[in-house]
Amino acid sequence: MCGVCGCGDSHIEGDEHHGHSHDHGHGHHHHHGHSHGHQPQPTVIVHHHHYYGVMPPAAGAPAVHSHARSDHSHHHHEEHTHSADEVNKGQDLHYGHGEAGVHVSGLSQRRLMKIERDVLEKNDELAAHNREHFKKDNHLVLNLVSSPGSGKTTTLCETLKLLKGKRKLAVIEGDQQTTNDADRIRETGVQALQVNTGKGCHLDAQMVHDACHKMELEPETLLFVENVGNLVCPSSFDLGEKYKVAILSVTEGEDKPLKYPNMFAASSLMIINKIDLLPYVAFNVEKCIENARKVNPYIQVIQLSATTGEGMEAWLSWLEQA
Amino acid sequence: MHEMSLTMSMIELAEEHCRKADPSVKKITGIWLEIGALSCAEPETIEYCFDVARRTTMAEDAKLHIVRAKGVAWCVDCEKEIQLEVRGMACPHCNGFNLRLTAGDELRIKDIEVE
Repeated sequence: MCGVCGCGDSHIEGDEHHGHSHDHGHGHHHHHGHSHGHQPQPTVIVHHHHYYGVMPPAAGAPAVHSHARSDHSHHHHEEHTHSADEVNKGQDLHYGHGEAGVHVSGLSQRRLMKIERDVLEKNDELAAHNREHFKKDNHLVLNLVSSPGSGKTTTLCETLKLLKGKRKLAVIEGDQQTTNDADRIRETGVQALQVNTGKGCHLDAQMVHDACHKMELEPETLLFVENVGNLVCPSSFDLGEKYKVAILSVTEGEDKPLKYPNMFAASSLMIINKIDLLPYVAFNVEKCIENARKVNPYIQVIQLSATTGEGMEAWLSWLEQA
Repeated sequence: MHEMSLTMSMIELAEEHCRKADPSVKKITGIWLEIGALSCAEPETIEYCFDVARRTTMAEDAKLHIVRAKGVAWCVDCEKEIQLEVRGMACPHCNGFNLRLTAGDELRIKDIEVE
């Protein structure tokens, strides 16, 4: 059993022992009594509701309550209304161009404590923990990121159909609501688990950790984590994946890598999807690649159409070598 | 709106640090947060979120001091360090994009003031 979170080894039963040690701590939910998926396609839904604003007395942390059904836990964070006081300079709003910040001034009797800690430290620690598990079990875990509607799920379904029987496969689906995507994946016969983030705009390492504990991943599984359709927030949250794969469709602008640079900077591969539509849209593929390489000179690029199958062999070959 | 999660994490980290380092600390009166120009967080949004997230925490009366850090990259072709104002900017010397980010993506609590 994992010394930190008590999580199990390759079969995620929670009772097995494995020998790695951690120098970090994190919270962990045990999921006692849940089904371990002896049915072919267990439907497990994890809801993470984010309420921003009114905090519970425990403060600072999302209130978590468990429902009677152990396979159904909610994270609630209350929503807030955004009374933005930004100044409208002309027609555009430019954040992040303010003056240099304030520094430490006179401190009276109050004391200053040096901290030097990354705000994302906890997520990063948990992601490192996930990564350690994935490495130990020889899983290949990919974090698929894109805008909504780029064709992530279609690409994934077609990929799964081509790989089925050749590799062990599993999918974690992140969406704010509904199990539609996980249902689509399950129709291919591949195990899928839906994580509903509620008001949340991204998956985090804890959600993936919890999801992995609910799935029975055999060693050497190719696990696709389909993140919430959002090109901003998921870029900052390491899930423990080996690579982030950004999917951009030709119905979007070729300047998207420049508009959302952090995501393309964090991704190892950019898939340009829906290339069958190129004759009908004003999308310059070369320009798009050039833009992506301006923010990430090392990004690899594959062009494909999940609908016609064009380019899929390049993607499969990338997966083979990843 | 990941800034709210980030702000809540920041407050939790500060509280946790106080509890461990000095249990006599009653409240946090100031937090110095370094935000890199190329980080994932908008300082203005963090400030807004902080106003909401600090309620009922040890940092309820704290002032948030945002320390902005510049983006810095290493141009592999020129072998020079350059200031990178935004991602996607070319090297001012060679106009190339073969850049490696060396600083500017920080989101880090530097200091806290307590009493």
